[in-house]
Amino acid sequence: MSDLIHKTAAQLAEMLAAGTTTSVEITQAHLDRIAAVDGDLNAFLHVNAAVSLDAAKASDARRAAGAPLSPLDGVPIAIKDVLVTTDMPSTSGSKILEGWMSPYDATVVTKVREAGLVPLGKTNMDEFAMGSSTEHSAYGPTRNPWDLDRIPGGSGGGSAAAVAAFEAPLALGSDTGGSIRQPAHITGTVGVKPTYGGVSRYGAIALASSFDQIGPVTRTVMDSALLHDVIKGHDVHDSTSLKDEWPSFAEAAKNANVKGLKIGVIEQLDGEGFQPGVLARFHESLELLKANGAEIVNVSLPSLEHAVAAYYLILPAEASSNLAKFDSVRFGLRVQPEGGGTVEQVMSATREAGFGAEVKRRIILGTYALSAGYYDAYYGSAQKVRTLVQRDFADAFSKVDVLASPTAPTTAWKLGEQLDDPVAMWRGDIATIPANMAGIPGISVPAGLADEDGLPVGIQFLAPAREDARLYNVGAALETLLEQKWGHTLLSQAPELKGGAL
Amino acid sequence: MSDISAEQVRHLANLARIDLSDAEIATMTTELGQIMEAVASVQAVATPDVPATSHPIPLKNVYRPDVVADVIPTDKALASAPEHDGSRFKVSAILGEEQ
Repeated sequence: MSDLIHKTAAQLAEMLAAGTTTSVEITQAHLDRIAAVDGDLNAFLHVNAAVSLDAAKASDARRAAGAPLSPLDGVPIAIKDVLVTTDMPSTSGSKILEGWMSPYDATVVTKVREAGLVPLGKTNMDEFAMGSSTEHSAYGPTRNPWDLDRIPGGSGGGSAAAVAAFEAPLALGSDTGGSIRQPAHITGTVGVKPTYGGVSRYGAIALASSFDQIGPVTRTVMDSALLHDVIKGHDVHDSTSLKDEWPSFAEAAKNANVKGLKIGVIEQLDGEGFQPGVLARFHESLELLKANGAEIVNVSLPSLEHAVAAYYLILPAEASSNLAKFDSVRFGLRVQPEGGGTVEQVMSATREAGFGAEVKRRIILGTYALSAGYYDAYYGSAQKVRTLVQRDFADAFSKVDVLASPTAPTTAWKLGEQLDDPVAMWRGDIATIPANMAGIPGISVPAGLADEDGLPVGIQFLAPAREDARLYNVGAALETLLEQKWGHTLLSQAPELKGGAL
Repeated sequence: MSDISAEQVRHLANLARIDLSDAEIATMTTELGQIMEAVASVQAVATPDVPATSHPIPLKNVYRPDVVADVIPTDKALASAPEHDGSRFKVSAILGEEQ
């Protein structure tokens, strides 16, 4: 029965349909796995076995009655703590929301419930999704299943570690500058940032509203496609969600054919500043695609040089505004200064006690970038860079179908290694940030292990806005080709977790 | 070009309603200087002929009929509040003694 945890969501769906297992068995197997290994990983902030098993029992009853809600009915899922839930606390990794219960479910949570999926718990993350290592969580870092001394990526390190460690077959993440794709790269898993507006963000605790997007975190491209098919679509509660009719992403993943596909390699993300083992796996993947009919060309996106700088002006500006809602009045923490005080003093004391260092740093930076006298020089200039990045992408996509790059410059670093140098950690987002600047979709697919450290490496594909299906096609094709070549999945090479290591 | 003083950081912290300690202000003054240096390059390419982009996918104003939909009931909205009186959020004093 423990083998159930190693199945993909697609396989579990087949087994449930065939009646060879039940949702209760599957859910219990994952809860057992979490109990065994999560003490070492800290991927989950909250698990409630009774609530999950009740949902599993309800799913089994629907199957027995011949009325499953969807093919994935009964398959468990982990939920990043940035998404609000009515039956589990939602903290966004912050002390200011410790124990907070939302009065409503995020739309994506409603959608996965309506498809019959079984929520397993809430996953750890950098506080308010600010970070690339999950070390900025107020509840302690998540550890990388490949090496417990290393970071799992961030901000969605909890979701990525949970699927990599077979604690959940599926997870939900959020991607503001790479928080789904970079942890996928770091942990040898798959992560997708959909087109901006392709998935509702209602009930996602906002970081930077012009960048944030919710997406799937899984072990296979097909599983991401299946989950994306559940969560996509317009939502009246999210005015930025698109009214497009989306194609079936599962069909796109099934197609998995790169014959005649034009792939552009982004010159600015292929060379200096990238670890040799990351580049080696990247070029190997490209060769494999070429051998199977894809056409590989080089493209130049000169504005990417300034994308990180612009991002770290726009993001703090939007975050400082979004986080103003944590004011000690309607929800979350309230700290009374000694001897009491006015609402402004209470607010200031609350935010001092409730926010961590990275959050304070970005709020102050954002307040500065938006303040009179600096607005045009910083925020205004950054928004112009955004135009330049979008123009570069439009130009590139007039020549190629998809773009490719390594997902991040390096493999997983050691816990604590970059904590004292925020700017250095931000530079690690260079390959993922441009997609958020332009609103285009991106996927990270495992490409192998770096020779120098034996740690996972991901390859990123980007497509024009609304063309998410192209990512599933090319991603699934590469995944199949690589697994045929290796003779196994990448995650089967991860060290066995026994629990109790820490 | 980005000489940021501790006084400025103190002012920003006040605007952002965060009661930073002196030690935090000192650290953040140094960090903010470094960060602004790192991001200053945006000004070099942001020439007057480039329009600003605020939103990745162009959208027009979004309207809907003005009808009551799925409203959160008062008791649920208040359930996780720091303080309430059963029908309203209770707020700390707005004015200080000298006001």
